[in-house]
Amino acid sequence: MIWLKKEMLKNGSDGKNVKVPKGLWVKCEQCGGIIFKKEVENNLDVCPKCGFHFRIRAASRLAIILDEGTFKEFDADVEPVDFLEFKDLKRYKDRLKASQKETGLKDAIITGEGLINGIRACIGAFEFSFMGGSMGSVVGEKITRMIETARENVCGAVIFSASGGARMQESIISLMQMAKTSAALARLRSAGLPYVSVLTDPTMGGVTASIAMLGDVIMAEPKALIGFAGPRVISETIRQKLPDGFQRAEYLLEHGMLDMIVERKQMKDTISKLLSMLGPSTKAGNISRAR
Amino acid sequence: MITGRHWLEFEKGVEALEKKAEELKASDKGGSPAPEETARLERKTRNLLKDIYSKLTPAQITLVARHQDRPYTLDYLHHVFDEFIELHGDRAFKDDHAIVGGLARFEGEPVVVIGHQKGRNVKDKVRRNFGMPHPEGYRKALRLLDMAERFGRPVFTFIDTPGAYPGIGAEERGQGTAIAKNLLRMSNLKTPVIATVIGEGGSGGALAIGVADKVFMMEFATYSVISPEGCAAILWKDAGKAGLAAKALKVGSDDLLRLGIIDKIIKEPVGGAHREPETAYKNLKTAFSSAVKELKTLSVADLVDKRYRKFRAIGVFID
Repeated sequence: MIWLKKEMLKNGSDGKNVKVPKGLWVKCEQCGGIIFKKEVENNLDVCPKCGFHFRIRAASRLAIILDEGTFKEFDADVEPVDFLEFKDLKRYKDRLKASQKETGLKDAIITGEGLINGIRACIGAFEFSFMGGSMGSVVGEKITRMIETARENVCGAVIFSASGGARMQESIISLMQMAKTSAALARLRSAGLPYVSVLTDPTMGGVTASIAMLGDVIMAEPKALIGFAGPRVISETIRQKLPDGFQRAEYLLEHGMLDMIVERKQMKDTISKLLSMLGPSTKAGNISRAR
Repeated sequence: MITGRHWLEFEKGVEALEKKAEELKASDKGGSPAPEETARLERKTRNLLKDIYSKLTPAQITLVARHQDRPYTLDYLHHVFDEFIELHGDRAFKDDHAIVGGLARFEGEPVVVIGHQKGRNVKDKVRRNFGMPHPEGYRKALRLLDMAERFGRPVFTFIDTPGAYPGIGAEERGQGTAIAKNLLRMSNLKTPVIATVIGEGGSGGALAIGVADKVFMMEFATYSVISPEGCAAILWKDAGKAGLAAKALKVGSDDLLRLGIIDKIIKEPVGGAHREPETAYKNLKTAFSSAVKELKTLSVADLVDKRYRKFRAIGVFID
């Protein structure tokens, strides 16, 4: 295997036309290095050479953050409906089916509760592979229920965003999920409970303009694309080249829009420290839910 | 002020009739005009207009909602309210002219008013940034919302924007953050809030002043998650398919009432609010009047709780 690695790295460094054998190897989007897949996985899907953070699945995210065996999922069976019979080049129904098959999820988020270094929290993680992590009725409802559960059970909330924004196929109902989730966060705030928002690549549109930017603490993964309008829309509107690093986590930090950038391997400890400093002093017992 | 008259593509027939009526009047030169002929033309015009407006397509409604003669926020502020005093600035960076706001009286009672503002002529359009606010506009709105709560004044908002501005400065200064903060603040504001979509309700930039106890919509206004052009560009990969997108998105007031997003459609005069603004003002004023009376009967706690439940209930899914 050494021959393969050497050969590929050589080609990889000058970039183009490298064929990566499926399965065993992955190519880093940032440094172009060809890396043994296991090595990347063992490094929390971060390139061991350059530190590039690969996008990860919602389930992997939860596995990284939560203490082993402590996760209890909420509302796994809440399902989307094509109530507008929306059809563009494809039917919304078919898009849903394809995403469900691809991810094994009903919609673009997993919510639940678990322990983070022993601290109980309600948690949500967007699944970007499901229709670009877009927020429609199901995502909005599950986030709202998760936040309400946190409030009822006196614990903090954590959301990992990875989303293109509101889901167009549910039209105005998607837009209203921004108001609904933000209203739930207002109540969590009034109850004096902390919310940590983690922005991962990418966090855009209606998700940025609601839950993502409402954290008591807002952190991002390195180089994550974060914004309201998409970079293409902006450059087409203003007919200018965008500045280097525009809408990347580092750029937002510089402009005062984030508290910090946190590498994936530090994420769990950082969140648990914050929750323990901001959260309720009682390390509450079991979560109970009315539903 | 509303000046001039611009015709939309699908109103060509009406334009021809009105021109004919004007010619008839001009040819009379002070003598008694042919009253029957004038009346006949007027009737014909009205009927044609009524017919056209009774079956507008979603794409056509979009054009009416964006009509450059349509009453804008300041027109409503001057005609539905008294003593409007404009207040400027976000107290942080600048005064955003795409959002106006201040104090006014509605039926004698002091209230807070906030709305998107578009411009009529080229210079004014640029100054108002085509009704597309920067974060400063939303922060000005937030400051006024806080003021309304502090003094216990009801809030009236007027929605009329293609969307929040997509620009470098807007992103650098936190467009998403500004909108999000308004959503959160409006959801628990301890004073009545009445929002009206008067023209374009463009996405998050519209909703940022739209979380209200009562949401009204002018008959030919639109309200959607993304502009039909933007949606078409993404989903159809062709902005030219905006007509199809407008239809699929269900942007019109009828659809929004059916979907439970708005509480009431405010009737517009035949041919749209710009043809007889006084009628539009009167209709809106009547709706405001009964909404204020209704909301006044609620305690602040009930008001805020009801508002929470109103938005909490929006969503379609199988559980």
